[in-house]
Amino acid sequence: MPRTGVFICHCGTNIAGTVDIDKAVEASRNFPGVVHADEYRYLCSEMGQDIIKKAIEEQDLDRVVVGTCSPRMHEATFRKAAAEAGLNPYLLEVANIREHCSWVHKDMGEATPKAISLLRAAAAKAALNTALEAPRLDVEKRALVIGGGIAGIQAALDIAEAGYEVDIVEREPSIGGRMAQLEKTFPTLDCSACILTPKMVEAAQHPNVNLLTYSEVEEVKGFVGQFDVKIKKKARYVDSVKCTGCGICWEKCPSKAPSEFEMGLAKRKSIYVPFAQAVPNVPVIDRDSCLYFRKGRCQICEKECPPQAIDYEQQDEIIERRYGAIIMATGFDQLDPTIYGEYGYGQHPDILTGLEFERLFNASGPTGGKIVRLSDGKPPKKVVFIQCVGSRDKARGMNYCSKICCMYTAKQAVLLKEKVPDAKSYVFYIDVRTAGKGYEEFQRRAAEEYDVAYLRGQVGKIFPEEDHLVVRGVDSLSGRLIEINADMVVLAAASIARCDAPEVGRLVGINSDSYNFFNEAHPKLKPVETHTAGVFIAGACQSPKDIPDTVSQASAAAVKAIGLLSKDKLQGEACTAEVNQAECSGCLYCEAVCPYSAISPVEIEERYHGGTLKRTVAEVNPALCKGCGSCTVACRSGTINLKGFSNEQILAEVDAICLQR
Amino acid sequence: MTTESGKKSRLIEEMKAQSGQDPNSCYQCGKCSAACPVTAALDLMPHQVIRYLQLGLEDELAESKTPWICASCFTCAARCPRDIDLARMMEGIRLSVLRCREGNKFGPADLTPEQLEKLPQQALVSGFRKYNK
Amino acid sequence: MSTAVNENAAGWEPLIVAFCCNWCSYAGGDMAGTSRMSYPANVKVIRVPCSSRMSPMFILRAFQRGADGVLVAGCHPGDCHYSTGNYHVRRRLSAFKRLVEFTGVEPDRFEVRWISSSEGDKFADEMADMTNKIKALGPNGKMRDARWQNIT
Repeated sequence: MPRTGVFICHCGTNIAGTVDIDKAVEASRNFPGVVHADEYRYLCSEMGQDIIKKAIEEQDLDRVVVGTCSPRMHEATFRKAAAEAGLNPYLLEVANIREHCSWVHKDMGEATPKAISLLRAAAAKAALNTALEAPRLDVEKRALVIGGGIAGIQAALDIAEAGYEVDIVEREPSIGGRMAQLEKTFPTLDCSACILTPKMVEAAQHPNVNLLTYSEVEEVKGFVGQFDVKIKKKARYVDSVKCTGCGICWEKCPSKAPSEFEMGLAKRKSIYVPFAQAVPNVPVIDRDSCLYFRKGRCQICEKECPPQAIDYEQQDEIIERRYGAIIMATGFDQLDPTIYGEYGYGQHPDILTGLEFERLFNASGPTGGKIVRLSDGKPPKKVVFIQCVGSRDKARGMNYCSKICCMYTAKQAVLLKEKVPDAKSYVFYIDVRTAGKGYEEFQRRAAEEYDVAYLRGQVGKIFPEEDHLVVRGVDSLSGRLIEINADMVVLAAASIARCDAPEVGRLVGINSDSYNFFNEAHPKLKPVETHTAGVFIAGACQSPKDIPDTVSQASAAAVKAIGLLSKDKLQGEACTAEVNQAECSGCLYCEAVCPYSAISPVEIEERYHGGTLKRTVAEVNPALCKGCGSCTVACRSGTINLKGFSNEQILAEVDAICLQR
Repeated sequence: MTTESGKKSRLIEEMKAQSGQDPNSCYQCGKCSAACPVTAALDLMPHQVIRYLQLGLEDELAESKTPWICASCFTCAARCPRDIDLARMMEGIRLSVLRCREGNKFGPADLTPEQLEKLPQQALVSGFRKYNK
Repeated sequence: MSTAVNENAAGWEPLIVAFCCNWCSYAGGDMAGTSRMSYPANVKVIRVPCSSRMSPMFILRAFQRGADGVLVAGCHPGDCHYSTGNYHVRRRLSAFKRLVEFTGVEPDRFEVRWISSSEGDKFADEMADMTNKIKALGPNGKMRDARWQNIT
């Protein structure tokens, strides 16, 4: 029989006003196992806590029930007090006789018996409580950032500055991401490279940052504090240590392929760096177009390379490292507008997406920074911009707003006017959305000072006629059909999740929404956390966002990771699920319902008729389990139980509450 | 769907029941009007028809020629980003105008013996058009 | 003296056991208290970590021990603290409700509700609704172990 002590709080008159405390104390003395009952005006005060502590010591109590406010309020306080008196904190139970009783019932005649009933339930549960220990987990003081765009770079720099090691894994040959592809940034028209390149260099030179470019994460095992990650470093066929980045190899290379960085609008060599400011400035050989790899001869790069850095025999390398935290910053893609047949994208060189048009402005871009039609090299006089190509479209595209298109369209129209002063821009829009510091002002300037015609409506058809493109649309405000003989059309294609986002998410155990953007743990209060402890998200992999939002989110994710890495030990959840493996049938239905991948199959050996028998059973990793208890109900043999909320404890509470006397 | 005065419009309710389409899904982007091959011939542009439905302007709609010019080519429906089948709505408006405003224009008694002779095929076609959607 | 014996007498008050998930519904109950909303004392709350912790066994036991109604409350679909728990409970308990009905217990005696931590008013309303419904149905005789109150 346990030795339970019951302590009832008056909470001033908050409880005592509607609950007859003396009667409750008297009734408590008669509960099974109760050897001591007491009351106090404010149990949560120092004095109140001392009363509990003293009673634990003097009365040799091994269970404590407090009848107070909600456990969500002061459970931690009382558990700490119990621990100070040498009692395992999980042997204390709270009966919520304030929020769930005295505050919601006016009449002492009904509140008092209910309070007694709740106290009886708490005592019945406490009798079955067991001493629990929250697991203490080690923390590897190193973070992994997946994705080397502006989000990843920012997060990595913040973590590095805080004094922790951080690795950036980037699958392209250079870090920089989408921002490196941009010419200018709205609304200040800062040159994108001018503000990004220093950050890229800083990341490369920071003693705490380790860049793993042209690499991909293969496998993630483990859990918060101890993620064991396998990273595949793809063969560059260039020795990064020897290479000086002189550029002779890609100058001499005779074979070409479409440049991914230039959105296919220009060609690059088979040995290449994606763009001039690439970090690291070490080229890679693209096996698919390289003459040597295709036909077995050429080797010009090898012959020409002064430090002899070319190594055709290089193999993919697997790096295995342990990390305490992971930040996902995998970015976004652009929707392919060929699904919109009426826009004719892909059928005419002068119909471009926003990101393709952006490259035309860049001095090292496909046109050397001149705004010209790709069809005939002449500067365009009339450019039509079409908004919401695939955004806000639940029929053929994405139901959400891509957030950045209104602003980058205004930016491109302004830049166009500066480069081609006699050019006229038309923007077909549904709504202009410019929420952001200085955004509305910028868009209005585009319309007022840069003579950009905003037409509220959509385009029904685009077709080539003679040397121009006929754009047929409607201005819904005037109810007029609009026909523009345009020289160029720019489609603001929707920002979409990376096509492999769900698989990448699965690697680290985070899920995505119906658009494949990664899910945050809470849309308002946990915007960078995920449901997997120790994994954080930043940037456009969570939802489309502009650079300021991306950078803020990246820093937020970095702070969360730093907070985690700064701990020597992590406190796990004490109330975790537990499998009785002797009874487990190994159906693993529990594994399927576990939202934290905390349950996995394990093979055990059992003695059976003199021999040994191998059997697969479920095993709970207490470091990952959060104690929801879904598995306990899914378990067909009823052999999983939840510590702190066991079947027996809950049934004891039911019995106690139903006892009417 | 209510009219400006707040009372429910029978015509519009009938149209919704007939077509299964909800005018409130529309955000007036004008894609339908831009795509419609006969917009130039219409007194109300397709997106304006939906706007009138949203505002409950049933008298104006009943007088508009647009639903009767609509050839049900379904370009609007194919292009609509809100997944509204406007062609179906137009058919709904035509039926509702006939039913709520002018009653049934055609009854079996109105048909001549010659027409009756030809009826099965016509009945099949018009029945398909009106009731099978 | 057990009320089980004279439960048909005037002055019978129903007993309703409400299982509330820690993160939403239990907190919603706290919110009802903090806002000083009032609901019948017939409802007594048992805290579970997640509504998906709800084993049908707990509900059956409540009916056995004399509860006249059982309510399970969790986070709104999509808001589960453990991300998917309430989807599991929705499926499990809608199947279970059919079983309750099959055993002869009026289906209204067992309900599942979604109450968020900010919905103190909804918590109070649901508790009052449930109590009124059970009062109209009268005492539950099905599944009850009539001797238990006396031997315990």
